[in-house]
Amino acid sequence: MTLLLIIFFLAAVLIINLPPKAFFKKIAFWLALFLLLLQLVFVFLPRSLWTGLNTLCSSNNFSMVQDSLSMVMLLSIAIVGLVALLVAKAHIKSENKLFNFVCLLLLCCIGMNGMVVVTDLFTLYLFLEIVAAAVYIMIVFEKNQNAYEGAFKYFILSAIATTLMLAGVGLTLSTVGALSFTALQIYFANTAQISAGATIGVLLFMAGLFIKSGLVPFHGWLPDAYQAAPNPVSILLAGIVTKSSGVYALVRLGMLGVLVPESLKTLLLAFGAATILIGALAALWQKDFKRMLAYSSISQVGYIVLSLGAGTLLGYAGAIFHMFNHAILKSLLFVNSAAVESRTGTRDMDAMGGFAAKMPWTGATSVIGALSISGIPPFSGFWSKLVIVIALWKAGLHYYAAFAILASLLTLSYMLYMQRKVFFGKLIEGYDDLREAGFLYILPSVILALITIGLGIGFPFIVGTMLMPVAIFNW
Amino acid sequence: MTFFVLILSALLLVALATALVADLLVAAIWLALLSVLTTIAMFYLNSPLAAVFELSICAGLITVIFISTISLTRLTSNQEKKTAARTRLKKYIWLPMVMLVIGIALYLTLDINLTLPLLTPETDVRKVIWNLRQFDLLGMLIILLVGVFGVVVLFKEKFNNER
Repeated sequence: MTLLLIIFFLAAVLIINLPPKAFFKKIAFWLALFLLLLQLVFVFLPRSLWTGLNTLCSSNNFSMVQDSLSMVMLLSIAIVGLVALLVAKAHIKSENKLFNFVCLLLLCCIGMNGMVVVTDLFTLYLFLEIVAAAVYIMIVFEKNQNAYEGAFKYFILSAIATTLMLAGVGLTLSTVGALSFTALQIYFANTAQISAGATIGVLLFMAGLFIKSGLVPFHGWLPDAYQAAPNPVSILLAGIVTKSSGVYALVRLGMLGVLVPESLKTLLLAFGAATILIGALAALWQKDFKRMLAYSSISQVGYIVLSLGAGTLLGYAGAIFHMFNHAILKSLLFVNSAAVESRTGTRDMDAMGGFAAKMPWTGATSVIGALSISGIPPFSGFWSKLVIVIALWKAGLHYYAAFAILASLLTLSYMLYMQRKVFFGKLIEGYDDLREAGFLYILPSVILALITIGLGIGFPFIVGTMLMPVAIFNW
Repeated sequence: MTFFVLILSALLLVALATALVADLLVAAIWLALLSVLTTIAMFYLNSPLAAVFELSICAGLITVIFISTISLTRLTSNQEKKTAARTRLKKYIWLPMVMLVIGIALYLTLDINLTLPLLTPETDVRKVIWNLRQFDLLGMLIILLVGVFGVVVLFKEKFNNER
């Protein structure tokens, strides 16, 4: 069934590029909206849809995983894709440009959907390249100097990541003998037979994923790319692209039992902790709204990697939950930033103040997003950070658990600094006529805020029924 | 073995030339030469089908796409080209040396026993590509589609404006 999420999107891209172009340009947005909504429906009703197409989907040649982790990722892709699409409709005025954005978004979704359902390390790498290629083009969409610089940095670092990952794939194939997830799981289950070649292969693949995830010290491309990209692209990048192209693969490798050598776990813990700290400290010094959020993203990805380093079921559950939360929360905050920029024309936080009085929806949802990402109860961000801390504590990593708690104070600091600068206080001069950016900005903000509130309040109900089973590899 | 070492050395030099030349068109031609050398290496490693793919797709199709894209860009002046080439050479000349040292150090210190999985005769390789790795083929086609779409989005409008 998941194959249809690739086939349908691909067919849509091909069809809307056929004549009559004028007609398809008009319906491209609605078609993308329909497909992303369809993906949402599919996630919640995976067995009830498209029963007539079973023959196509049961083909053995397209080996696909359809476990709970894939479903969480498909859900995140659909939500963030929808948000980016709605903001794009408001942000991009030219019909031609909107059409191009829709095509690139669909291609990017094909790559991401493919990545999270494949069952082979090489195929995963291939779909990751689709995402990367679509993202280079999306970053330079506005064709300005900063965008070219951001995309070029991303391109160069991605090329390095690609080299490392391919070398890793090659070494793994040479030592393990196959690249399918099943073969890797069987090989790494027997710790006595793990050879140096296999460990180095995984290490190289991981290094590539670290670059793609923007972990410190490989984060150089991320703030530039997020800042320079058009607002809908920033939402997509921060919300889901880095998660699906880097972090997802790390989580998957962890759940396959590939990250069992102690050296790899130590590496994850060290890189995770360094990323949390440096990302948060850098975020504190930023004056640009989007750049601050970009550094915040780096810091939050550190939490996910730290949780993986625990190497336990609870650690994986924490990583997956925080990954989903971060997709929701960072999309929300980037929508808020896009709304403010669309009305004021600036991202300089020093030139802002008291906007909540004029933009109540944006201000209120931004407070919810900021509190949730800082780990304040009862929002969902609190629970995912709590699960991470408990996982680290139970794994005997007490110092790392204490560090995670202390570091979330840093998150709270830069988020409150942002709120004080942009939304709280007295309205600064010259913005008396300021008003909400429009329905297409408010709607996604409200939905995302409701998701974080709902997940937070409903956490006791989902922890046993949904969260823990996700972390069990059951495909 | 000596032949293979020669091929690998030539690969390194051609890769360096590809990265260092300032003219995009010349870089594309160097890259095609890189693919040809890779093809020879693959033949030497008893992978004729992979070699044919490398030659037809990388040296052929991809070069055509590169050259079509380059034809949509603006030519740089000779002076600009020379300056860029000189700066790059100064900046990156240490890179192959470092790679070589790391490679030799790894080769000498690590005892990695690399054995590629045994491939059955050529007919089976075809079966692998067309039957067992369909997902990869689909992925590769989509990457090509994204590439072509990228060229259209980034260059077509500018090209039309300049005309």
